[in-house]
Amino acid sequence: MSTALADGLTIAKRNVIKIKRTPDLLGSVVTFPIVFVLMLVYVFGAMIEIPGMSYAEYMIPGIFVQTVVMSSQITGYTLVLDLQKGIFDRFRTLPMAPSAVLTGQTLGDVLMNAASILVMSLMGLLVGWRINGSPLEAITAFAVLLFFAYAFSWVTATVALALRTPEVFNNIATIVTFPIMFLSNIFIDSSRLAGPLQAIAEWNPVSAVTQALRELFGNTSSALPVPDVWPLQNPLLATLGWSVVLLLVFVPLATRLYKRSVS
Amino acid sequence: MANAIEATGLVKTYGKHTALDGMDLVVPEGTVLGLLGPNGAGKTTTVRILTTLIRPDSGQARVAGYDVVREAPKLRKVIGASGQYAAVDDHLTGAENLEMVGRLYHLGARRSRQRARELLDRFDLAEAGDRPVKGYSGGMRRRLDLAATLVAQPPVLFLDEPTTGLDPRARIALWDVIAELVRGGTTLLLTTQYLEEADRLADSIAVVDHGKVIARGTADQLKDQVGGDRIELSVTSGSDFEQALRLLAPLSAGEPSLDREALRMTMPVTQGAASLTTALGKLAADGIAVRDAGLRRPTLDDVFLTLTGEVTT
Ligand SMILES: Nc1ncnc2c1ncn2[C@@H]1O[C@H](COP(=O)(O)OP(=O)(O)OP(=O)(O)O)[C@@H](O)[C@H]1O
Ligand SMILES: [Mg+2]
Repeated sequence: MSTALADGLTIAKRNVIKIKRTPDLLGSVVTFPIVFVLMLVYVFGAMIEIPGMSYAEYMIPGIFVQTVVMSSQITGYTLVLDLQKGIFDRFRTLPMAPSAVLTGQTLGDVLMNAASILVMSLMGLLVGWRINGSPLEAITAFAVLLFFAYAFSWVTATVALALRTPEVFNNIATIVTFPIMFLSNIFIDSSRLAGPLQAIAEWNPVSAVTQALRELFGNTSSALPVPDVWPLQNPLLATLGWSVVLLLVFVPLATRLYKRSVS
Repeated sequence: MANAIEATGLVKTYGKHTALDGMDLVVPEGTVLGLLGPNGAGKTTTVRILTTLIRPDSGQARVAGYDVVREAPKLRKVIGASGQYAAVDDHLTGAENLEMVGRLYHLGARRSRQRARELLDRFDLAEAGDRPVKGYSGGMRRRLDLAATLVAQPPVLFLDEPTTGLDPRARIALWDVIAELVRGGTTLLLTTQYLEEADRLADSIAVVDHGKVIARGTADQLKDQVGGDRIELSVTSGSDFEQALRLLAPLSAGEPSLDREALRMTMPVTQGAASLTTALGKLAADGIAVRDAGLRRPTLDDVFLTLTGEVTT
Protein backbone atom coordinates (compact mmCIF):
# COMPACT_ATOMS: atom_id res chain seq x y z
CA MET A 1 0.00 0.00 0.00
CA SER A 2 2.84 2.38 0.85
CA THR A 3 4.49 1.72 -2.51
CA ALA A 4 1.19 2.61 -4.19
CA LEU A 5 1.34 5.97 -2.43
CA ALA A 6 5.03 6.48 -3.25
CA ASP A 7 4.39 5.61 -6.91
CA GLY A 8 1.40 7.97 -6.95
CA LEU A 9 3.63 10.78 -5.68
CA THR A 10 6.27 9.98 -8.32
CA ILE A 11 3.65 10.29 -11.04
CA ALA A 12 2.18 13.40 -9.41
CA LYS A 13 5.62 14.98 -9.52
CA ARG A 14 5.77 14.22 -13.23
CA ASN A 15 2.38 15.86 -13.74
CA VAL A 16 3.41 18.92 -11.75
CA ILE A 17 6.52 19.31 -13.92
CA LYS A 18 4.33 18.94 -16.97
CA ILE A 19 1.97 21.69 -15.72
CA LYS A 20 4.94 23.94 -14.92
CA ARG A 21 6.47 23.45 -18.38
CA THR A 22 3.18 24.04 -20.21
CA PRO A 23 2.12 27.49 -19.04
CA ASP A 24 -0.55 27.67 -21.75
CA LEU A 25 -2.34 24.87 -19.88
CA LEU A 26 -3.10 27.16 -16.93
CA GLY A 27 -3.81 29.86 -19.47
CA SER A 28 -6.49 27.83 -21.22
CA VAL A 29 -8.00 26.80 -17.89
CA VAL A 30 -8.55 30.38 -16.70
CA THR A 31 -9.22 32.15 -20.01
CA PHE A 32 -12.80 31.00 -20.22
CA PRO A 33 -13.82 31.95 -16.65
CA ILE A 34 -12.02 35.31 -16.98
CA VAL A 35 -13.93 36.15 -20.16
CA PHE A 36 -17.11 35.10 -18.40
CA VAL A 37 -16.47 37.31 -15.40
CA LEU A 38 -15.73 40.33 -17.59
CA MET A 39 -18.79 39.78 -19.77
CA LEU A 40 -21.14 39.15 -16.90
CA VAL A 41 -19.91 41.95 -14.69
CA TYR A 42 -19.55 44.64 -17.32
CA VAL A 43 -22.05 43.63 -20.01
CA PHE A 44 -24.93 41.79 -18.37
CA GLY A 45 -24.23 42.76 -14.75
CA ALA A 46 -26.23 45.97 -15.11
CA MET A 47 -29.28 43.99 -16.21
CA ILE A 48 -29.18 41.18 -13.66
CA GLU A 49 -30.49 42.39 -10.30
CA ILE A 50 -29.39 40.47 -7.23
CA PRO A 51 -31.15 41.90 -4.19
CA GLY A 52 -28.85 43.08 -1.44
CA MET A 53 -25.43 42.72 -3.16
CA SER A 54 -23.44 43.32 -6.31
CA TYR A 55 -23.60 40.82 -9.13
CA ALA A 56 -19.83 40.28 -8.93
CA GLU A 57 -20.12 39.24 -5.31
CA TYR A 58 -22.98 36.91 -6.10
CA MET A 59 -21.28 35.32 -9.06
CA ILE A 60 -17.59 34.85 -8.15
CA PRO A 61 -18.08 31.83 -5.80
CA GLY A 62 -19.89 30.11 -8.67
CA ILE A 63 -17.12 31.11 -11.06
CA PHE A 64 -14.67 29.24 -8.82
CA VAL A 65 -16.77 26.12 -9.25
CA GLN A 66 -16.95 26.72 -13.00
CA THR A 67 -13.16 27.08 -13.04
CA VAL A 68 -12.49 23.70 -11.43
CA VAL A 69 -15.00 22.02 -13.72
CA MET A 70 -13.34 23.59 -16.79
CA SER A 71 -9.92 22.75 -15.40
CA SER A 72 -10.69 19.09 -14.99
CA GLN A 73 -11.95 19.08 -18.56
CA ILE A 74 -8.58 20.32 -19.75
CA THR A 75 -6.48 17.98 -17.61
CA GLY A 76 -8.75 15.16 -18.76
CA TYR A 77 -7.90 16.13 -22.32
CA THR A 78 -4.17 15.98 -21.56
CA LEU A 79 -4.74 12.53 -20.02
CA VAL A 80 -6.31 11.36 -23.29
CA LEU A 81 -3.30 12.72 -25.17
CA ASP A 82 -0.93 10.98 -22.75
CA LEU A 83 -2.76 7.69 -23.20
CA GLN A 84 -1.88 7.76 -26.87
CA LYS A 85 1.79 8.30 -26.20
CA GLY A 86 4.39 5.66 -25.53
CA ILE A 87 5.05 6.71 -21.95
CA PHE A 88 2.02 4.78 -20.73
CA ASP A 89 3.45 1.62 -22.31
CA ARG A 90 6.54 2.15 -20.23
CA PHE A 91 4.46 2.62 -17.06
CA ARG A 92 2.68 -0.65 -17.75
CA THR A 93 5.93 -2.64 -17.96
CA LEU A 94 7.31 -1.18 -14.71
CA PRO A 95 6.80 -2.81 -11.31
CA MET A 96 4.68 0.13 -10.13
CA ALA A 97 1.22 0.11 -8.59
CA PRO A 98 -1.25 0.39 -11.50
CA SER A 99 -3.37 2.82 -9.46
CA ALA A 100 -0.43 5.24 -9.24
CA VAL A 101 -0.97 6.63 -12.73
CA LEU A 102 -4.44 7.85 -11.81
CA THR A 103 -3.67 9.00 -8.26
CA GLY A 104 -0.70 10.87 -9.70
CA GLN A 105 -2.86 12.44 -12.37
CA THR A 106 -5.58 13.54 -9.96
CA LEU A 107 -3.08 14.83 -7.37
CA GLY A 108 -1.46 16.88 -10.13
CA ASP A 109 -4.92 18.23 -10.92
CA VAL A 110 -5.23 19.51 -7.34
CA LEU A 111 -2.22 21.71 -7.90
CA MET A 112 -3.59 22.91 -11.20
CA ASN A 113 -6.87 23.75 -9.49
CA ALA A 114 -5.15 25.57 -6.65
CA ALA A 115 -3.24 27.68 -9.18
CA SER A 116 -6.30 28.53 -11.25
CA ILE A 117 -8.39 29.37 -8.16
CA LEU A 118 -5.62 31.70 -7.03
CA VAL A 119 -5.75 33.47 -10.38
CA MET A 120 -9.54 33.66 -10.27
CA SER A 121 -9.53 35.01 -6.69
CA LEU A 122 -7.30 37.90 -7.75
CA MET A 123 -9.56 38.46 -10.71
CA GLY A 124 -12.58 38.46 -8.40
CA LEU A 125 -11.01 40.99 -6.04
CA LEU A 126 -10.36 43.25 -9.02
CA VAL A 127 -14.00 43.30 -10.11
CA GLY A 128 -15.40 43.88 -6.63
CA TRP A 129 -15.75 40.45 -4.98
CA ARG A 130 -15.01 40.47 -1.23
CA ILE A 131 -14.50 37.85 1.47
CA ASN A 132 -16.90 38.90 4.24
CA GLY A 133 -16.57 35.82 6.46
CA SER A 134 -13.82 34.88 8.93
CA PRO A 135 -10.38 33.70 7.68
CA LEU A 136 -11.15 30.22 9.00
CA GLU A 137 -14.35 30.11 6.97
CA ALA A 138 -12.48 31.30 3.89
CA ILE A 139 -9.84 28.59 4.30
CA THR A 140 -12.61 26.03 4.76
CA ALA A 141 -14.23 27.29 1.57
CA PHE A 142 -11.06 26.82 -0.50
CA ALA A 143 -10.43 23.39 1.06
CA VAL A 144 -13.97 22.21 0.33
CA LEU A 145 -13.71 23.49 -3.22
CA LEU A 146 -10.42 21.63 -3.80
CA PHE A 147 -11.88 18.46 -2.32
CA PHE A 148 -14.87 18.64 -4.66
CA ALA A 149 -12.51 19.38 -7.55
CA TYR A 150 -10.42 16.31 -6.63
CA ALA A 151 -13.51 14.10 -6.70
CA PHE A 152 -14.59 15.65 -10.01
CA SER A 153 -11.13 14.87 -11.50
CA TRP A 154 -11.94 11.19 -11.11
CA VAL A 155 -15.14 11.67 -13.08
CA THR A 156 -13.19 13.27 -15.93
CA ALA A 157 -10.46 10.63 -15.72
CA THR A 158 -13.14 7.94 -16.09
CA VAL A 159 -14.61 9.66 -19.13
CA ALA A 160 -11.13 10.16 -20.60
CA LEU A 161 -10.26 6.47 -20.17
CA ALA A 162 -13.58 5.39 -21.63
CA LEU A 163 -13.40 7.59 -24.73
CA ARG A 164 -9.67 7.63 -25.49
CA THR A 165 -9.89 9.91 -28.53
CA PRO A 166 -9.02 13.58 -27.94
CA GLU A 167 -11.67 14.99 -30.30
CA VAL A 168 -14.45 12.78 -29.00
CA PHE A 169 -13.47 13.57 -25.43
CA ASN A 170 -13.56 17.30 -26.06
CA ASN A 171 -16.97 17.18 -27.71
CA ILE A 172 -18.55 15.03 -25.03
CA ALA A 173 -16.95 17.03 -22.21
CA THR A 174 -18.32 20.28 -23.63
CA ILE A 175 -21.77 18.84 -24.21
CA VAL A 176 -21.88 17.58 -20.62
CA THR A 177 -20.25 20.46 -18.75
CA PHE A 178 -22.34 23.25 -20.24
CA PRO A 179 -25.69 22.08 -18.87
CA ILE A 180 -24.01 21.20 -15.56
CA MET A 181 -22.80 24.77 -15.28
CA PHE A 182 -25.86 26.60 -16.60
CA LEU A 183 -28.55 24.48 -14.95
CA SER A 184 -27.30 25.60 -11.57
CA ASN A 185 -27.30 28.62 -9.31
CA ILE A 186 -23.88 29.82 -10.54
CA PHE A 187 -25.17 32.64 -12.72
CA ILE A 188 -28.80 33.02 -11.74
CA ASP A 189 -31.16 32.62 -8.83
CA SER A 190 -32.35 29.06 -9.46
CA SER A 191 -35.76 29.73 -7.91
CA ARG A 192 -36.61 31.79 -11.00
CA LEU A 193 -36.26 28.75 -13.30
CA ALA A 194 -39.30 26.85 -14.57
CA GLY A 195 -40.53 23.81 -12.55
CA PRO A 196 -38.48 20.76 -13.67
CA LEU A 197 -35.41 22.84 -14.51
CA GLN A 198 -35.61 24.37 -11.06
CA ALA A 199 -35.54 20.92 -9.45
CA ILE A 200 -32.54 19.90 -11.56
CA ALA A 201 -30.70 23.10 -10.69
CA GLU A 202 -31.41 22.74 -6.99
CA TRP A 203 -30.14 19.16 -6.83
CA ASN A 204 -27.17 19.81 -9.13
CA PRO A 205 -23.99 19.16 -7.07
CA VAL A 206 -22.47 22.30 -8.56
CA SER A 207 -25.26 24.36 -6.93
CA ALA A 208 -24.56 22.90 -3.50
CA VAL A 209 -20.85 23.70 -3.83
CA THR A 210 -21.64 27.23 -5.00
CA GLN A 211 -24.06 27.78 -2.11
CA ALA A 212 -21.50 26.41 0.39
CA LEU A 213 -18.87 28.83 -0.93
CA ARG A 214 -21.27 31.79 -0.81
CA GLU A 215 -22.07 31.08 2.81
CA LEU A 216 -18.45 30.51 3.85
CA PHE A 217 -17.21 33.64 2.04
CA GLY A 218 -20.17 35.64 3.35
CA ASN A 219 -21.47 36.47 -0.13
CA THR A 220 -25.12 36.16 0.92
CA SER A 221 -27.93 38.56 1.54
CA SER A 222 -30.99 38.33 3.72
CA ALA A 223 -32.93 39.76 0.80
CA LEU A 224 -32.13 36.64 -1.19
CA PRO A 225 -33.74 33.61 0.49
CA VAL A 226 -32.18 30.18 0.00
CA PRO A 227 -34.53 27.70 -1.73
CA ASP A 228 -36.10 25.32 0.70
CA VAL A 229 -34.43 22.10 -0.51
CA TRP A 230 -32.09 19.95 1.58
CA PRO A 231 -28.83 20.31 -0.44
CA LEU A 232 -29.10 24.11 -0.51
CA GLN A 233 -30.18 24.37 3.12
CA ASN A 234 -27.20 22.17 4.13
CA PRO A 235 -24.76 23.02 1.36
CA LEU A 236 -21.53 22.12 3.18
CA LEU A 237 -22.80 18.68 4.11
CA ALA A 238 -24.24 18.20 0.63
CA THR A 239 -20.93 19.16 -1.01
CA LEU A 240 -18.95 16.74 1.12
CA GLY A 241 -21.59 14.08 0.51
CA TRP A 242 -21.50 14.55 -3.25
CA SER A 243 -17.69 14.50 -3.26
CA VAL A 244 -17.56 11.25 -1.30
CA VAL A 245 -20.18 9.66 -3.55
CA LEU A 246 -18.26 10.70 -6.68
CA LEU A 247 -15.05 9.24 -5.23
CA LEU A 248 -16.75 5.98 -4.22
CA VAL A 249 -18.21 5.53 -7.70
CA PHE A 250 -15.50 6.87 -9.98
CA VAL A 251 -12.25 5.80 -8.29
CA PRO A 252 -13.01 2.09 -8.82
CA LEU A 253 -14.52 2.75 -12.24
CA ALA A 254 -11.49 4.70 -13.51
CA THR A 255 -9.11 2.13 -12.03
CA ARG A 256 -10.98 -0.70 -13.72
CA LEU A 257 -10.88 1.12 -17.07
CA TYR A 258 -7.16 1.78 -16.69
CA LYS A 259 -6.45 -1.89 -16.00
CA ARG A 260 -8.67 -2.96 -18.86
CA SER A 261 -6.45 -1.04 -21.25
CA VAL A 262 -4.07 -4.02 -20.80
CA SER A 263 -6.01 -6.22 -23.20
CA MET B 1 21.07 -24.02 -17.65
CA ALA B 2 17.62 -22.66 -16.89
CA ASN B 3 15.55 -20.88 -19.47
CA ALA B 4 15.00 -17.17 -18.95
CA ILE B 5 12.22 -17.04 -21.53
CA GLU B 6 9.89 -19.85 -22.56
CA ALA B 7 6.83 -19.45 -24.73
CA THR B 8 4.64 -22.20 -26.10
CA GLY B 9 1.82 -21.94 -28.58
CA LEU B 10 1.17 -18.22 -28.23
CA VAL B 11 -1.86 -17.14 -30.23
CA LYS B 12 -3.13 -13.60 -30.58
CA THR B 13 -5.85 -12.50 -32.95
CA TYR B 14 -7.18 -9.07 -33.77
CA GLY B 15 -10.65 -9.53 -35.15
CA LYS B 16 -10.25 -11.94 -38.04
CA HIS B 17 -6.57 -11.26 -38.33
CA THR B 18 -4.17 -13.70 -36.70
CA ALA B 19 -1.11 -11.84 -35.46
CA LEU B 20 0.42 -14.83 -33.66
CA ASP B 21 -0.33 -18.35 -34.72
CA GLY B 22 1.38 -20.70 -32.27
CA MET B 23 4.60 -18.93 -31.42
CA ASP B 24 7.20 -21.07 -29.58
CA LEU B 25 10.38 -19.64 -28.14
CA VAL B 26 13.08 -20.70 -25.72
CA VAL B 27 15.87 -18.44 -24.56
CA PRO B 28 18.39 -19.96 -22.13
CA GLU B 29 19.66 -17.69 -19.37
CA GLY B 30 22.51 -15.43 -20.37
CA THR B 31 22.00 -15.82 -24.12
CA VAL B 32 20.71 -13.59 -26.89
CA LEU B 33 17.87 -14.58 -29.18
CA GLY B 34 17.34 -12.57 -32.34
CA LEU B 35 13.80 -12.49 -33.72
CA LEU B 36 13.94 -11.94 -37.44
CA GLY B 37 10.98 -11.55 -39.74
CA PRO B 38 9.30 -9.37 -42.35
CA ASN B 39 6.94 -6.50 -41.46
CA GLY B 40 3.80 -7.77 -39.80
CA ALA B 41 5.35 -11.14 -38.91
CA GLY B 42 4.39 -10.81 -35.24
CA LYS B 43 7.65 -9.74 -33.62
CA THR B 44 6.26 -6.77 -31.76
CA THR B 45 3.17 -8.70 -30.70
CA THR B 46 5.44 -11.39 -29.21
CA VAL B 47 7.47 -8.81 -27.31
CA ARG B 48 4.31 -7.10 -26.03
CA ILE B 49 2.99 -10.38 -24.66
CA LEU B 50 6.28 -11.27 -22.99
CA THR B 51 6.50 -7.81 -21.39
CA THR B 52 2.90 -8.02 -20.03
CA LEU B 53 1.51 -5.25 -22.23
CA ILE B 54 -1.05 -7.53 -23.83
CA ARG B 55 -2.42 -10.96 -23.03
CA PRO B 56 -2.28 -13.91 -25.39
CA ASP B 57 -5.58 -15.49 -26.46
CA SER B 58 -4.03 -18.86 -25.77
CA GLY B 59 -0.66 -20.42 -25.06
CA GLN B 60 1.70 -19.94 -22.15
CA ALA B 61 4.82 -17.96 -21.52
CA ARG B 62 7.18 -17.62 -18.61
CA VAL B 63 9.89 -15.04 -18.15
CA ALA B 64 12.44 -15.56 -15.38
CA GLY B 65 10.14 -18.29 -14.11
CA TYR B 66 7.07 -16.03 -13.83
CA ASP B 67 3.91 -16.57 -15.84
CA VAL B 68 3.31 -13.53 -18.07
CA VAL B 69 -0.39 -13.37 -17.25
CA ARG B 70 -0.80 -14.63 -13.69
CA GLU B 71 2.44 -13.30 -12.23
CA ALA B 72 2.76 -10.10 -14.22
CA PRO B 73 3.52 -7.82 -11.22
CA LYS B 74 6.47 -10.00 -10.11
CA LEU B 75 7.69 -10.38 -13.66
CA ARG B 76 7.85 -6.63 -14.17
CA LYS B 77 10.48 -6.35 -11.43
CA VAL B 78 12.99 -8.39 -13.37
CA ILE B 79 12.61 -7.15 -16.93
CA GLY B 80 13.56 -4.10 -18.89
CA ALA B 81 11.52 -3.46 -22.01
CA SER B 82 11.96 -1.12 -24.91
CA GLY B 83 9.17 -1.06 -27.46
CA GLN B 84 9.41 -0.39 -31.15
CA TYR B 85 8.59 3.29 -30.52
CA ALA B 86 10.40 5.26 -27.83
CA ALA B 87 8.40 5.38 -24.58
CA VAL B 88 9.72 8.54 -23.00
CA ASP B 89 7.97 11.57 -21.54
CA ASP B 90 8.20 14.67 -23.73
CA HIS B 91 7.66 17.12 -20.89
CA LEU B 92 10.45 15.81 -18.67
CA THR B 93 14.16 16.20 -19.25
CA GLY B 94 16.28 13.17 -20.05
CA ALA B 95 17.53 13.03 -16.46
CA GLU B 96 14.01 13.41 -15.02
CA ASN B 97 12.77 10.59 -17.24
CA LEU B 98 15.44 8.20 -16.01
CA GLU B 99 14.99 9.26 -12.39
CA MET B 100 11.25 8.70 -12.61
CA VAL B 101 11.83 5.22 -13.99
CA GLY B 102 14.31 4.54 -11.16
CA ARG B 103 11.76 5.67 -8.57
CA LEU B 104 9.12 3.43 -10.14
CA TYR B 105 11.53 0.46 -9.92
CA HIS B 106 11.78 1.52 -6.24
CA LEU B 107 15.51 2.19 -6.31
CA GLY B 108 15.21 5.15 -3.94
CA ALA B 109 15.93 8.80 -4.64
CA ARG B 110 19.71 8.80 -4.41
CA ARG B 111 20.30 5.65 -6.38
CA SER B 112 17.83 6.78 -9.05
CA ARG B 113 19.63 10.06 -9.51
CA GLN B 114 22.98 8.33 -9.67
CA ARG B 115 21.78 5.74 -12.22
CA ALA B 116 20.29 8.52 -14.34
CA ARG B 117 23.65 10.30 -14.58
CA GLU B 118 25.56 7.07 -15.28
CA LEU B 119 23.22 6.13 -18.09
CA LEU B 120 23.13 9.59 -19.64
CA ASP B 121 26.92 9.41 -19.84
CA ARG B 122 26.89 5.93 -21.24
CA PHE B 123 24.41 6.82 -23.97
CA ASP B 124 26.13 10.05 -24.91
CA LEU B 125 23.28 12.18 -23.59
CA ALA B 126 25.07 13.93 -20.74
CA GLU B 127 24.90 17.30 -22.45
CA ALA B 128 21.24 17.04 -23.42
CA GLY B 129 20.28 15.47 -20.09
CA ASP B 130 18.81 18.61 -18.59
CA ARG B 131 16.74 19.63 -21.60
CA PRO B 132 13.12 18.56 -22.03
CA VAL B 133 12.84 15.52 -24.29
CA LYS B 134 10.44 17.46 -26.54
CA GLY B 135 13.50 18.97 -28.21
CA TYR B 136 15.37 15.67 -28.73
CA SER B 137 16.05 14.16 -32.14
CA GLY B 138 14.63 10.73 -33.00
CA GLY B 139 17.93 9.00 -32.31
CA MET B 140 18.34 10.78 -28.96
CA ARG B 141 14.89 9.65 -27.86
CA ARG B 142 15.69 6.13 -28.87
CA ARG B 143 18.88 6.21 -26.82
CA LEU B 144 17.07 7.62 -23.81
CA ASP B 145 14.45 4.91 -24.16
CA LEU B 146 17.14 2.23 -24.17
CA ALA B 147 18.81 3.85 -21.17
CA ALA B 148 15.46 3.67 -19.35
CA THR B 149 15.29 -0.10 -19.84
CA LEU B 150 18.66 -0.48 -18.11
CA VAL B 151 17.92 1.67 -15.05
CA ALA B 152 17.30 -1.23 -12.68
CA GLN B 153 19.89 -3.50 -14.32
CA PRO B 154 17.25 -6.16 -15.00
CA PRO B 155 18.42 -9.72 -15.73
CA VAL B 156 16.10 -10.08 -18.74
CA LEU B 157 15.89 -7.49 -21.49
CA PHE B 158 13.49 -7.08 -24.40
CA LEU B 159 14.52 -4.73 -27.17
CA ASP B 160 12.19 -4.27 -30.14
CA GLU B 161 14.24 -2.93 -33.04
CA PRO B 162 16.65 -1.11 -30.74
CA THR B 163 18.87 0.37 -33.43
CA THR B 164 16.23 1.51 -35.90
CA GLY B 165 16.75 5.23 -36.41
CA LEU B 166 20.23 5.34 -34.90
CA ASP B 167 23.18 6.67 -36.86
CA PRO B 168 26.05 4.22 -37.49
CA ARG B 169 28.10 5.55 -34.60
CA ALA B 170 25.24 5.25 -32.11
CA ARG B 171 24.42 1.80 -33.47
CA ILE B 172 27.93 0.51 -32.91
CA ALA B 173 28.00 2.12 -29.46
CA LEU B 174 24.76 0.33 -28.59
CA TRP B 175 26.12 -2.97 -29.83
CA ASP B 176 29.04 -2.50 -27.45
CA VAL B 177 26.68 -1.78 -24.55
CA ILE B 178 24.64 -4.88 -25.38
CA ALA B 179 27.72 -7.07 -25.73
CA GLU B 180 28.92 -5.87 -22.33
CA LEU B 181 25.54 -6.59 -20.70
CA VAL B 182 25.48 -10.07 -22.18
CA ARG B 183 28.99 -10.77 -20.90
CA GLY B 184 27.62 -9.82 -17.49
CA GLY B 185 24.94 -12.52 -17.77
CA THR B 186 21.92 -10.58 -19.05
CA THR B 187 19.43 -12.50 -21.17
CA LEU B 188 18.24 -10.63 -24.23
CA LEU B 189 15.46 -10.99 -26.72
CA LEU B 190 16.04 -8.71 -29.64
CA THR B 191 14.04 -8.05 -32.76
CA THR B 192 15.73 -6.48 -35.69
CA GLN B 193 15.49 -5.73 -39.37
CA TYR B 194 19.26 -5.57 -39.61
CA LEU B 195 20.58 -9.00 -40.34
CA GLU B 196 24.09 -7.88 -39.60
CA GLU B 197 22.91 -7.01 -36.12
CA ALA B 198 21.43 -10.44 -35.54
CA ASP B 199 24.55 -12.04 -36.99
CA ARG B 200 26.72 -10.06 -34.64
CA LEU B 201 24.75 -10.08 -31.39
CA ALA B 202 22.53 -13.14 -31.34
CA ASP B 203 23.57 -16.57 -30.07
CA SER B 204 20.59 -18.00 -31.85
CA ILE B 205 18.07 -16.69 -34.31
CA ALA B 206 14.40 -17.42 -34.79
CA VAL B 207 12.98 -16.52 -38.17
CA VAL B 208 9.33 -15.53 -37.78
CA ASP B 209 6.68 -15.32 -40.47
CA HIS B 210 2.88 -15.21 -40.29
CA GLY B 211 2.93 -15.40 -36.50
CA LYS B 212 5.15 -18.41 -35.99
CA VAL B 213 8.76 -19.51 -36.05
CA ILE B 214 9.65 -21.03 -39.41
CA ALA B 215 13.34 -21.68 -38.74
CA ARG B 216 15.71 -21.48 -35.84
CA GLY B 217 19.37 -22.02 -35.11
CA THR B 218 22.66 -20.17 -35.02
CA ALA B 219 23.46 -17.84 -37.87
CA ASP B 220 25.78 -20.48 -39.36
CA GLN B 221 23.22 -23.26 -39.07
CA LEU B 222 20.65 -21.12 -40.84
CA LYS B 223 23.09 -20.24 -43.58
CA ASP B 224 23.85 -23.93 -44.10
CA GLN B 225 20.15 -24.68 -44.11
CA VAL B 226 19.56 -22.48 -47.15
CA GLY B 227 22.33 -24.14 -49.11
CA GLY B 228 26.03 -23.67 -49.72
CA ASP B 229 27.81 -21.04 -51.78
CA ARG B 230 26.13 -18.63 -54.11
CA ILE B 231 27.16 -17.32 -57.50
CA GLU B 232 26.37 -13.69 -57.89
CA LEU B 233 26.73 -12.24 -61.36
CA SER B 234 25.56 -9.32 -63.41
CA VAL B 235 25.43 -8.77 -67.15
CA THR B 236 25.19 -5.69 -69.33
CA SER B 237 21.89 -6.00 -71.19
CA GLY B 238 18.37 -7.25 -70.63
CA SER B 239 18.46 -9.80 -73.42
CA ASP B 240 21.74 -11.18 -72.09
CA PHE B 241 20.11 -11.46 -68.70
CA GLU B 242 17.31 -13.73 -69.91
CA GLN B 243 19.74 -15.77 -71.98
CA ALA B 244 22.14 -16.19 -69.06
CA LEU B 245 19.29 -17.26 -66.85
CA ARG B 246 18.32 -20.02 -69.29
CA LEU B 247 21.92 -21.20 -69.65
CA LEU B 248 22.63 -21.30 -65.92
CA ALA B 249 19.31 -22.72 -64.69
CA PRO B 250 20.66 -26.32 -64.67
CA LEU B 251 23.51 -25.26 -62.35
CA SER B 252 21.25 -23.63 -59.78
CA ALA B 253 20.61 -25.73 -56.67
CA GLY B 254 17.53 -23.69 -55.75
CA GLU B 255 15.38 -20.77 -56.74
CA PRO B 256 17.72 -18.02 -57.99
CA SER B 257 17.01 -14.56 -56.71
CA LEU B 258 16.84 -11.96 -59.45
CA ASP B 259 17.20 -8.24 -59.62
CA ARG B 260 16.09 -7.40 -63.16
CA GLU B 261 16.77 -3.71 -62.77
CA ALA B 262 20.39 -4.14 -61.80
CA LEU B 263 20.63 -7.14 -64.21
CA ARG B 264 21.96 -9.17 -61.30
CA MET B 265 21.23 -12.77 -60.33
CA THR B 266 22.17 -14.81 -57.29
CA MET B 267 21.91 -18.59 -57.36
CA PRO B 268 22.83 -21.26 -54.86
CA VAL B 269 25.29 -23.86 -56.25
CA THR B 270 26.67 -27.13 -54.96
CA GLN B 271 30.17 -27.29 -56.43
CA GLY B 272 31.59 -23.98 -55.22
CA ALA B 273 34.41 -22.60 -57.36
CA ALA B 274 33.93 -25.34 -59.98
CA SER B 275 30.36 -24.20 -60.51
CA LEU B 276 31.55 -20.67 -61.04
CA THR B 277 34.08 -21.77 -63.64
CA THR B 278 31.44 -23.82 -65.45
CA ALA B 279 29.04 -20.92 -65.42
CA LEU B 280 31.53 -18.44 -66.78
CA GLY B 281 32.56 -20.93 -69.49
CA LYS B 282 28.97 -21.37 -70.62
CA LEU B 283 28.38 -17.64 -70.78
CA ALA B 284 31.64 -16.95 -72.67
CA ALA B 285 30.80 -19.68 -75.22
CA ASP B 286 27.52 -17.92 -75.88
CA GLY B 287 29.16 -14.53 -76.21
CA ILE B 288 27.44 -12.99 -73.18
CA ALA B 289 29.35 -10.07 -71.67
CA VAL B 290 29.66 -10.51 -67.90
CA ARG B 291 30.06 -7.29 -65.97
CA ASP B 292 30.79 -8.76 -62.60
CA ALA B 293 30.86 -12.26 -61.13
CA GLY B 294 31.76 -13.84 -57.81
CA LEU B 295 31.25 -16.63 -55.35
CA ARG B 296 30.14 -16.01 -51.78
CA ARG B 297 28.84 -17.66 -48.65
CA PRO B 298 25.12 -17.11 -48.02
CA THR B 299 24.34 -14.13 -45.82
CA LEU B 300 21.49 -13.82 -43.39
CA ASP B 301 19.77 -11.79 -46.09
CA ASP B 302 19.67 -14.92 -48.22
CA VAL B 303 18.31 -16.87 -45.29
CA PHE B 304 15.67 -14.28 -44.68
CA LEU B 305 14.63 -13.97 -48.30
CA THR B 306 14.68 -17.69 -48.97
CA LEU B 307 12.78 -18.70 -45.85
CA THR B 308 10.14 -15.99 -45.93
CA GLY B 309 9.62 -16.51 -49.64
CA GLU B 310 10.20 -12.88 -50.42
CA VAL B 311 12.52 -13.56 -53.33
CA THR B 312 13.04 -10.40 -55.33
CA THR B 313 12.00 -10.70 -58.94
N1 LIG C 1 -3.60 -3.53 -32.03
C1 LIG C 1 -3.71 -4.18 -33.21
N2 LIG C 1 -4.87 -4.18 -33.87
C2 LIG C 1 -5.00 -4.85 -35.04
N3 LIG C 1 -4.02 -5.54 -35.63
C3 LIG C 1 -2.83 -5.57 -35.03
C4 LIG C 1 -2.59 -4.89 -33.79
N4 LIG C 1 -1.31 -5.12 -33.41
C5 LIG C 1 -0.77 -5.87 -34.39
N5 LIG C 1 -1.66 -6.16 -35.36
C6 LIG C 1 -1.42 -6.98 -36.56
O1 LIG C 1 -0.71 -8.12 -36.18
C7 LIG C 1 0.30 -8.45 -37.13
C8 LIG C 1 1.64 -8.56 -36.43
O2 LIG C 1 2.04 -7.26 -36.04
P1 LIG C 1 3.42 -6.96 -35.33
O3 LIG C 1 3.39 -5.52 -34.95
O4 LIG C 1 3.65 -7.94 -34.25
O5 LIG C 1 4.45 -7.19 -36.50
P2 LIG C 1 6.03 -6.96 -36.53
O6 LIG C 1 6.64 -8.26 -36.84
O7 LIG C 1 6.48 -6.29 -35.29
O8 LIG C 1 6.19 -5.98 -37.78
P3 LIG C 1 7.19 -4.76 -38.04
O9 LIG C 1 8.45 -5.34 -38.58
O10 LIG C 1 6.49 -3.96 -39.07
O11 LIG C 1 7.37 -4.03 -36.75
C9 LIG C 1 0.24 -7.37 -38.19
O12 LIG C 1 -0.45 -7.89 -39.31
C10 LIG C 1 -0.53 -6.26 -37.55
O13 LIG C 1 -1.30 -5.59 -38.52
MG1 LIG D 1 7.31 -4.51 -34.87
